[in-house]
Amino acid sequence: MKRLIDLANPTRFMRFSAAVLPWLAGAAALLLAVGFYLAWFVAPPDYQQGETIRIMFVHVPAAWLAMMFYSLMAVSALGTLVWRHPLADVAQKAAAPIGACFALICLITGALWGKPMWGTYWVWDARLTSVLVLFLIYLGIIALWRVLDEPSRAGRAVAILTLVGFVNVPIIKFSVDWWNTLHQPASVFRMGGSTIDSSMLWPLLVLALGFTLFALMLHMVAMRAEIMRRRVRTLTILEAERLDRLAQAQGVPA
Amino acid sequence: MSALTAGLGPHAGFILASYGAVAVILVGLTLSIVLDHRVQKRALAGLEQRGAGRRRPGGETS
Repeated sequence: MKRLIDLANPTRFMRFSAAVLPWLAGAAALLLAVGFYLAWFVAPPDYQQGETIRIMFVHVPAAWLAMMFYSLMAVSALGTLVWRHPLADVAQKAAAPIGACFALICLITGALWGKPMWGTYWVWDARLTSVLVLFLIYLGIIALWRVLDEPSRAGRAVAILTLVGFVNVPIIKFSVDWWNTLHQPASVFRMGGSTIDSSMLWPLLVLALGFTLFALMLHMVAMRAEIMRRRVRTLTILEAERLDRLAQAQGVPA
Repeated sequence: MSALTAGLGPHAGFILASYGAVAVILVGLTLSIVLDHRVQKRALAGLEQRGAGRRRPGGETS
């Protein structure tokens, strides 16, 4: 906990992230390479779904990451509103486009998997619709960040919207249990263990970890860019004020 | 390429399109984040080189 509080200092975060990023990138690249090899050359075709099971190896991690990044944003929103953590809204702003991209991947790959297996790209069932809503909430959050100029004001507004939208995350998770859906129920994290054969489960888990490290690496780079953007904004304002004062002192109209 | 497509069975187009979409979206996301990082880094370096935000004796910033 103390380490987390220490990292709340943007300067310390910049130093820490610069040291961690190369290791994170290396680990992500290694896991993704191993994971894709296992998924394409070791995992057998499914006895029912045939080769289309290869789509699962990108669809499922994308779905997990879309929900994980939204949960991360909800925790950051609490950090902004309750603890006024200096990096909370930076983390939240940096996470939104990444989560949105994984939600989009989940929707596209789901549609491309659905057509050969269900006979349709899309149905308005609870799981598919709630993921679409998640994607739209992500877009709303990104738009709100762009509309409001002042970062701390935007951060509080976005934090409220994020917390309201968090109600959708458990709906996504439990939609397949609460309603009759075309989408299958949970098959990896469920009571009684996974229903997926280990020859397919291991490639899936390795790829999921690889995608997670890759997404965290992108998040860290995006946070660094956001910290620098705020520093640039502050310095530009200071520079403009200085030039204004200088012009006034010399009697030149500003 | 045709051997790969044949090996993937009758639904090869759906499988390849899925992986293509993943590649396009993730490469686009990575490029946008890395380029933004580079732009901010250059802007900050430029401002710091000009001495923006640095305090001068007498409380004036330069």
